[in-house]
Amino acid sequence: MKTFQFQHVTTVDDAIDAVTRSGGKYYAGGTNLLDLMKGGVEAPPALVDIGRLNLQSITATEAGGVLIEAGATNSAVANHPLIRAQYPVLSQAILSGATTQLRNMATVGGNLLQRTRCPYFMDTAFESCNKRAPGSGCAARTRFNREHAVLGASADCVAVHPSDMAVALSILDASVHVRGPDGARSIPIADFFALPGDTPQRDNTLLPFELIVGIELPPSSYAAHSWYLKVRDRHSYAFALVSVAAGLDIRDGIVQDAAIALGGVAAKPWRVREAEDSLIGRQPQRNVFRTAAELAMAGAQPLSQNGFKVDLGRHSVVRALTVAAAR
Amino acid sequence: MPENNTPTVKLVINGASHVISIDVRSTLLEVLRERLGLSGTKKGCDHGLCGACTVSVNGERVLSCLTLAVAITGSEVLTIEGIADGDRLDELQQAFLDHDAFQCGYCTPGQISSAHAMLREHARGDISTATFEGDRDEVISGPACLSGKEIRERMAGNICRCGAYANIVAAITSVAEKRPS
Repeated sequence: MKTFQFQHVTTVDDAIDAVTRSGGKYYAGGTNLLDLMKGGVEAPPALVDIGRLNLQSITATEAGGVLIEAGATNSAVANHPLIRAQYPVLSQAILSGATTQLRNMATVGGNLLQRTRCPYFMDTAFESCNKRAPGSGCAARTRFNREHAVLGASADCVAVHPSDMAVALSILDASVHVRGPDGARSIPIADFFALPGDTPQRDNTLLPFELIVGIELPPSSYAAHSWYLKVRDRHSYAFALVSVAAGLDIRDGIVQDAAIALGGVAAKPWRVREAEDSLIGRQPQRNVFRTAAELAMAGAQPLSQNGFKVDLGRHSVVRALTVAAAR
Repeated sequence: MPENNTPTVKLVINGASHVISIDVRSTLLEVLRERLGLSGTKKGCDHGLCGACTVSVNGERVLSCLTLAVAITGSEVLTIEGIADGDRLDELQQAFLDHDAFQCGYCTPGQISSAHAMLREHARGDISTATFEGDRDEVISGPACLSGKEIRERMAGNICRCGAYANIVAAITSVAEKRPS
C-alpha cells in the first residue's frame, strides 16, 4: 500500500479544508476505501479522519420524518427504534448487506460511496477498466459479466452499484445533505448516483471535496407494507444478483401509492414511474403486480452472461410486492 | 502541515494501555499480531471476507484487517486473549470445547470473539434479516430467543473452511439458552 498522511479533524469545516489542501480523501469506516488501497485501486495522498465529527445522530424531524447524520453506522441505523418502526424496509435492506462486523464499522455516508464490486475494477491486474482507468476499455462487456448491469449501462461500463441501503432509500425518496467548499446543498437520492455514459469514472454527482453530512427521509406511508427482497448466490454475505425494495400504501383494499426500486441491475437503484403508477387505484393482486414487473424491467439489455436477470428481476418484483402486500 | 508517516497511537487492549509509534498503514490486525505479539487474532484473508480477524473495538465487533490502527487511537480493544478471565474460560469458550466446535482452529478465535459480541447485541434487542421472516412485532422488540436461523445469520461474517458450523451453532445455542430472554 502506498503511504499517506493521516489527519484527525473535529469539525466539518476543518475536514473540508484538509481534503482541499491535501488532495486526499475522507476516511470514516474505511471498509471499502482501505480494501481498495490494499489492492492499489485507490492511492490517496492523504486520509482525513471524519470519524470524530460527532455526526452520528438519528433524530425525528419536524416534518415527521427522520434525519440520519452521515457518520451513523449501518448497524446503528438498522437497529434504531425510529427506523424499525417507521422505515422497516430501510432496516431490512441495510441488514441484508455485508456482515455485522462490517455494518458496525461502515457509515451510511460510506455506504452510498462504496465502489462497484466488478472484478475488473477491483483487480489492477486487469488493464481494461474505464471506471478505474478512463479510456482503457471495459473488459466486462465482452468477458465475465454475470453480475453486471442490464439497465442504464453504456458502451464504456456495465458495472452495478452494490448498495442495498441505496435501493431502500430510493423508494423512501431520501435526500442526501452535503457540504463543500462552496456551501451546503441537498441532492435527491434519484439524482445522487450517476449512470456511466461516457464518464464511468464518476459514480455520483458529488462535486470535488463535498462531504456527505446527512440523509433525510420524509414521512413515509409504506411502513405497514414494505419489503426488501435480495436474491443472491448464497443465503447471506453476498452481493445481490437482483434485489427489490417495494413499498405499498394500501387503504380499503386499494393501492393508493406505490414505490418499487431494483438493485443489482444498474449503476444506480432503478425506479420506473410507469411501473409504480400502474399499481395505483388497483387491488394488490398478482396480475397487477405482473404488469408492474414488466414495466419495471422494460428496456433491459442483457449481456452474454446476465440474461437471467431479466426474468429474475420480473419475478422478484412480483414476489416483493406480494410479500409487502401481505405484511 | 508536518509529514508524519509514523504516528503515535494509544490503544487499550484487554485493559492494558499501549502507546506505540507505528507505520501509518498498519492495520489493527498487524499491530496486534506483529507488534504486540497477540497472535490469537488471525489473518485469514486480509480483505474483510472471512471474519477470522474479528475483535471488539469500543464494545462492538469489527474486522481488524480493515481497521487502520491510527484511525482508532484512544480506543479500547477486546481480543480473544481477553475473553477468558485468567485461566477461567468464558462459558462460550467452554461451550466450544464441550460441543467440539472447531477442527483446525484457525477461524475459532474469530468465531468466539464474534459470538461473544453477538450475544450482547441480541440481549440489547438488535435484529437481523432473519427477524423479518418471523413475527412482525419482533422487528420492533427484537427476537426473544435466538433460533438457529438467527444465529447463522448473525454469525454469517465468520467463515469456517473445515465446516464446523453445525457444532459452532450448537455451542452458541447452548450458551444463548442459558441467558434470560
